[in-house]
Amino acid sequence: MTGARTLPPLAAYALALGDDALILAQRLGEWAARAPQLEEDVALANIALDLLGQARILLSYAGTVEGAGRDEDDLAYLRDDRDFRNVQLVEIPNGDFAVTMARLLVFSAYQYELYTVLGTSDDATLAGLAGKAVKEVTYHRDHATQWVLRLGDGTELSHKRTQAGLDQVWPYVAELFDTDDTVSRLAGVAADPATLHPAWQQYVIPVLTEATLRPPEPRWRSRGGRDGLHTEHLGHLLAEMQHLHRSHPGAPW
Amino acid sequence: MSEPATNRTGQPLWEVFVRARRGLSHQHVGSLHAPDAAMALRNARDVYTRRGEGVSIWVVPSAAIVANSPDEKDPFFDPALDKVYRHPTFYDVPEGAKHL
Repeated sequence: MTGARTLPPLAAYALALGDDALILAQRLGEWAARAPQLEEDVALANIALDLLGQARILLSYAGTVEGAGRDEDDLAYLRDDRDFRNVQLVEIPNGDFAVTMARLLVFSAYQYELYTVLGTSDDATLAGLAGKAVKEVTYHRDHATQWVLRLGDGTELSHKRTQAGLDQVWPYVAELFDTDDTVSRLAGVAADPATLHPAWQQYVIPVLTEATLRPPEPRWRSRGGRDGLHTEHLGHLLAEMQHLHRSHPGAPW
Repeated sequence: MSEPATNRTGQPLWEVFVRARRGLSHQHVGSLHAPDAAMALRNARDVYTRRGEGVSIWVVPSAAIVANSPDEKDPFFDPALDKVYRHPTFYDVPEGAKHL
């Protein structure tokens, strides 16, 4: 398989955003039948399916723009980890419920700002997707916010574990807002991640303050997801996600 | 009054009412557990309106609902069974009356 490095910028951009959504959908799907309560099980599955829907549109679009005949399934199931363009934030393991909610807060607040800007993109497909997806991620962000508020400002134990969840997730946040070559070549089409950061902060920090949590100050930060450099966790995730398709290529339901 | 029903995490039970569209009344659709009203509303959205079933949701603590006891069934409902005159079936509808 050809790597994403050779893709036209628009295809690479759609692929990067699509991979973010796809990998987090897979992670959240791991909660199915394991959530703290039935209601949360359904909520996390709903969120995962919203993200999967976004991923399907973005991956299909990346394949169309590339023009090499790859469809959404080829891109999702037949690439190896070095060809995935997602940020590392979405691939790290779920951890406990507090880690999952900390990541969902951080990521959905980012996606909210991203899709808000993409809604006015010069690219009609991206603008159309963003218009629909912004409503979905508004709900994801609210769901994570509600839990972070309750867990952070809850019992001593829930506070401690939520703070630990934030501490675990925070080193991966900066990567969300890195501007890369792909984005700079798509002025008017892509949303420059660096410009999303102030609005993201304006939402997330007051939530943490209200939840009596402290914004972590990590001593290192992740890099390289958009260039195909990933943590060891992505390979394991892909093995599970791709196994069926690779064992039975083209098998329909 | 009995203790509020809770699940194993100690969360109270809520009754969920959904209005399918404007002009209809809210219908009881089921119940769920949630730590508080705001979360109950969100859980209801996730569990009961996944397929576009509603435009409005009410949640009510199950403990706040006062229900008649099954023991009271006879005095409550039986007397209505033989009062046929309570049904509007004794009128001749004039020919030509519309919109009935």
